[in-house]
Amino acid sequence: MDNIAGTKSGLTWAVHISVAVLVILWLFPTVGLLVSSLRTADQIATSGWWKALFPQEQVLQLRTGSPEEAVQEGDIWVLEGNLFENGAEGLSIRAFGTSSRDVAAYEPGQTAEMGEGEAITLTDNGAYRYTFAEEPEGGRGQRVFVTAVTPPEFTLQNYYRVLFDPSNREGMAKAFFNTLTVAIPATIIPILIAAFAAYALAWMDFPGRALLIAAIVALLVVPLQLALIPLLKFHNTIGIGKGYLGVWLAHTGFGLPLAIYLLRNYMVGLPRDIIENARVDGASDFQIFVRIILPLSFPALASFAIFQFLWTWNDLLVALVFLIDATGDTTVMTRQIVELLGTRGGNWEILATSAFVSIAVPLVVFFAMQRYLVRGLLAGSVK
Amino acid sequence: MHPALQGVITILLGVGGCVGYFYLSNLLLDRVFFPPRGPNAGRNINRANMIRPWLFLLPALIALGLYLAYPVVETMRLSLTDRVPGGGYRWVSGANYAQMMGEPKFWEAVRNNFLWLLVVPALSTAFGLLAAQLTDRIRWGSLAKSLIFMPMAISFVGAAVIWRLVYDYRGTGDEQIGILNAIVVGLGGDAQAWLTIPFWNNFFLMAVLIWIQTGFAMVILSAALRGIPEETVEAAIVDGAGPFQIFFKIKVPQIMGTIVVVWTTITIVVLKIFDIVFAMTNGQWETQVLANYMYDKLFRANDWGVGSAAAMVIMLLVTPILVWNVWNARKEMR
Repeated sequence: MDNIAGTKSGLTWAVHISVAVLVILWLFPTVGLLVSSLRTADQIATSGWWKALFPQEQVLQLRTGSPEEAVQEGDIWVLEGNLFENGAEGLSIRAFGTSSRDVAAYEPGQTAEMGEGEAITLTDNGAYRYTFAEEPEGGRGQRVFVTAVTPPEFTLQNYYRVLFDPSNREGMAKAFFNTLTVAIPATIIPILIAAFAAYALAWMDFPGRALLIAAIVALLVVPLQLALIPLLKFHNTIGIGKGYLGVWLAHTGFGLPLAIYLLRNYMVGLPRDIIENARVDGASDFQIFVRIILPLSFPALASFAIFQFLWTWNDLLVALVFLIDATGDTTVMTRQIVELLGTRGGNWEILATSAFVSIAVPLVVFFAMQRYLVRGLLAGSVK
Repeated sequence: MHPALQGVITILLGVGGCVGYFYLSNLLLDRVFFPPRGPNAGRNINRANMIRPWLFLLPALIALGLYLAYPVVETMRLSLTDRVPGGGYRWVSGANYAQMMGEPKFWEAVRNNFLWLLVVPALSTAFGLLAAQLTDRIRWGSLAKSLIFMPMAISFVGAAVIWRLVYDYRGTGDEQIGILNAIVVGLGGDAQAWLTIPFWNNFFLMAVLIWIQTGFAMVILSAALRGIPEETVEAAIVDGAGPFQIFFKIKVPQIMGTIVVVWTTITIVVLKIFDIVFAMTNGQWETQVLANYMYDKLFRANDWGVGSAAAMVIMLLVTPILVWNVWNARKEMR
């Protein structure tokens, strides 16, 4: 409907610009985190992350070599060298000055007169020519202020520290594996249970079916806050207490209503002919389910698996209640990040890196499987 | 045992157990209890078909009953009792609720939850609708959609960190590293510690959830917009309607049902909101919400009675939507 009559071209531009603004607004916060995680603590503390993307101007205070080393050339003494002798390559000088009162008095290539026959010429790569009318005395080199442009600089040091440094106290590497340990079984186990139930609700006739479907829809919105204490009590009674088994069971239980609902909605839409033909050919319900329904329902299964994986990976509350015990050995990433926020809110390099490590996996899943995610959302709510 | 190994074994046991259960129970039903042969073959087939749905449903029903239905009842019971030191419970009827009603922190949480309810679903849906309508009309729309949708994949805790960086505050003399303060200072204002300004800080927390939920609203509303019959739009154009009239008078009324669904779905998320507040302010500076209040009571104050009462309040708020959803689902199935 791009070019139907009545759509003005001015409006089209307005649309492009508004969408661009929306996208930037929505993307900026995350980009900020990513950029921050690639900077050093000093950089983060002294300038905003958005400045890291562009070459930065900064004023440096440098010194020339000692005047003692000046060489006589005709009737003047000359000292040549480079201000950036000790590294800092790649800098380019915008302006320089010899007095702290005006640090950008001269442009590169100009000559700064300092009185008493002394003058200094500086090129933009830091090479200088310092001339004296009389033989200079010893002592320290001349102070030169340069306004230099530093190129953007990024480091992977934070990631190394958070993930691989054996002495790190943040424990993110362990938390990463713990999170994975929570998420994968909690994603796989409910699928099969839900698929069988969804098949029964979609394709089998029995009294009470409508009531059961209504109950599933109701359970879909029951806040899991209600389940915390009763289930913790239950887990303690049957002896699993806090631990992986408990959190897997809890996630399975909490994920089931959505799983059954999504899968049932999908299975109901499968063509009736296929199933009835199979019945006529003598297939049992079990065979129909395993051979026909399960393979055909793959898109719905994938949608649910993504939902459940994102949910279990990102979860904080269930892990806090059912998994993390006093020893803290089973801590998950979300919990570690909350701890960091509380105790070391100022350490942005660690915080940003940890947070980015924890959101990287869902983001990869999201971009790789977006199609299924959208399909699942549509099946789950548009009715 | 190493947790990863334990995980693999659990997956194998869980999946294997499920397959084994379904296979064996069906086998038992068909071969042993009601074999479709002999003098009662017909009757046996019917009986087996009556029982089979329940075989398929049994594991799910047990899990749902135990993990969702039973806790509702048990929480209600707990909210009416107090734990007696040394074990056991004492019936206190409404005392927990009365105690809760007497706490200013509870009323603060109720007020904030209502603020969240008013603002977040409305703005998320509005932004989502705007994004859906705009991105449907341009060529790079799907890329734009994907980027606006992206925060859906980010955890509430991750989002909390992301937005803490946006709201970061440094003393007045220092260079601001939070982008919001940098903009405010750039425009000539004074930097603020946004999250500690009572009342208004609620809105800064809400922004995080709006940021996450807009993508959800957009995806669903965009599908609904595409489902609108084109003749209605074309007829409106022929009648001389402008783009805004088409949007508000032709398109929006036709997707009203979907808008309501999106609105209620986000409302439920808002009612349960916990992680964002827990991670960003932990209810300080008057930002308490019900779910975090409940968590405080249950696990910090260790007061199961009042905590359960707070959980029941959340349940009570969810109930109208629950009833409405069930009613709609039943209507559809007829």
